[in-house]
Amino acid sequence: MRISVTVDGVRYDDDVEPRLLLVHYLREHAGRTGTPIGCDTSNCGACTIALNGRSVKSCSVLAVQADGADITTIQGLANGELHPMQRAFHEEHALQCGYCTPGMIMAATDLLKDNPDPTEEQVREGLEGNLCRCTGYQNIVKAVLKAAQGVKA
Amino acid sequence: MIPAQFDYVKPSSLEEAVRALASDEDAKVIAGGQSLLPLLRLRFAYPSVLVDLAGLDALRSVTDNGSSIEIGALVTHYELTRDPLIAAHAGLLTEAAGTIADPAVRHRGTIGGALSHGDAAGDLPAVVTALDADLVITGPSGSRVLKPGDFFSDYLTTALAPDEILTAIRVPKLSGWGYAYEKFNVTAQAWAIVGVAAAVRRENGQVAEARVGLTNMGSVPVRASAAEAAAAGADASPAALAAAGARADEGTNPPEDLRAAADYRRHLARVLTGRALTAAAGLS
Ligand SMILES: Cc1cc2nc3c(=O)[nH]c(=O)nc-3n(C[C@H](O)[C@H](O)[C@H](O)COP(=O)(O)OP(=O)(O)OC[C@H]3O[C@@H](n4cnc5c(N)ncnc54)[C@H](O)[C@@H]3O)c2cc1C
Ligand code: FES
Ligand code: FES
Repeated sequence: MRISVTVDGVRYDDDVEPRLLLVHYLREHAGRTGTPIGCDTSNCGACTIALNGRSVKSCSVLAVQADGADITTIQGLANGELHPMQRAFHEEHALQCGYCTPGMIMAATDLLKDNPDPTEEQVREGLEGNLCRCTGYQNIVKAVLKAAQGVKA
Repeated sequence: MIPAQFDYVKPSSLEEAVRALASDEDAKVIAGGQSLLPLLRLRFAYPSVLVDLAGLDALRSVTDNGSSIEIGALVTHYELTRDPLIAAHAGLLTEAAGTIADPAVRHRGTIGGALSHGDAAGDLPAVVTALDADLVITGPSGSRVLKPGDFFSDYLTTALAPDEILTAIRVPKLSGWGYAYEKFNVTAQAWAIVGVAAAVRRENGQVAEARVGLTNMGSVPVRASAAEAAAAGADASPAALAAAGARADEGTNPPEDLRAAADYRRHLARVLTGRALTAAAGLS
């Protein structure tokens, strides 16, 4: 099937099998290997991207379902310089191995769209679909709170 | 994990979608895909063709029908948590939808998919059961309307024929009722071990009427009739409502699995129903 999608501002037209998962499309056809596959069972959130502006787990969407969509991956966030969320993750040491980080950052930017000034509890709830096996979440939550301050300022 | 091969069609009208389903017995509907895609990846299901409902924009609306709210089957869990009409007249859905999975899943998953999937641990089946909603279904020979008690038939099984589509959910407006959804799970994004959807109408310091729907207390969502009867006419007090809640497991047949024994589920249903009734009556 023929699909066209815009990924990080670049348009792609491709023939894909209906069973191709969006995450595989992004990694193998569009070169967005910044989006990792963690659990492959829709539980960990590592593969989170923005589909038409809202966070989704790209391992749980078919590429054909994304036909016509505007997609942002972790590789499309920085605009010459790091996105405030990326910078906050860096400054707050919000990663160790970094495997969950692209998904965490995409989920965190989505959270701030609806709630630009979240409480710590709201940050924890907003990230409930993203698992980190290294940091214990403390610095991730700090980073999101810091980015929220920066985005407001 | 890669699904087995299938074809994919995205009809632009309901008639076309029903025709696509009727013309191939192994065709399957896909809405948000949040339950179906995991099954396809694990190769628990082998449809020949997926009929994507995403082109049916008419199924995305929420409308005020006077005495009820009509919610299109493609309305997402996220939209359920944000829609002002639903919040004003069916707040129990708003509250329960906010407990489903996590934000990314809620952006894709739909109310129609959650009901059609018929998962005993799903949150919305018990809510529509408590609210006694009408489920509107279209198939090759026209439309029909089912009540939740006739729609949910067994574990992961509903009364939907393979060529039928759930198009809308009509929720009666409960003006002046309080409500609460109590969900017990162990980790943030986990499914309910037991969930309780309660709605209560108070009158002169008493509970005039109560509705209670139970999640994961059987193969299908059930009404806690004994607790409802005990709550009706009771004092609107935490003690009286806890006593009514203590009858919530009567007549149920809860599952036994790795996460909970049946006895423990009965205990949870009793305690959570007391809490849900108390919260719905505005007492906590
Ligand atoms: C990590 C994770 C956690 C979750 N946690 C919860 C939870 O806590 N509580 C909860 O309730 N749910 C939970 N879910 C499930 C979620 O609610 C799903 O979104 C929902 O069950 C299915 O909706 P969908 O639109 O994605 O349906 P799909 O996956 O597209 O379809 C599901 C089934 O319904 C059929 N179907 C879909 N729409 C229709 C229709 N309109 N007419 C006829 N048949 C139709 C499909 O053929 C398929 O058999 C979770 C899912 C995930 C991935
Ligand atoms: S890889 Fe998609 S949720 Fe884990
Ligand atoms: S930093 Fe290693 S999984 Fe989160």
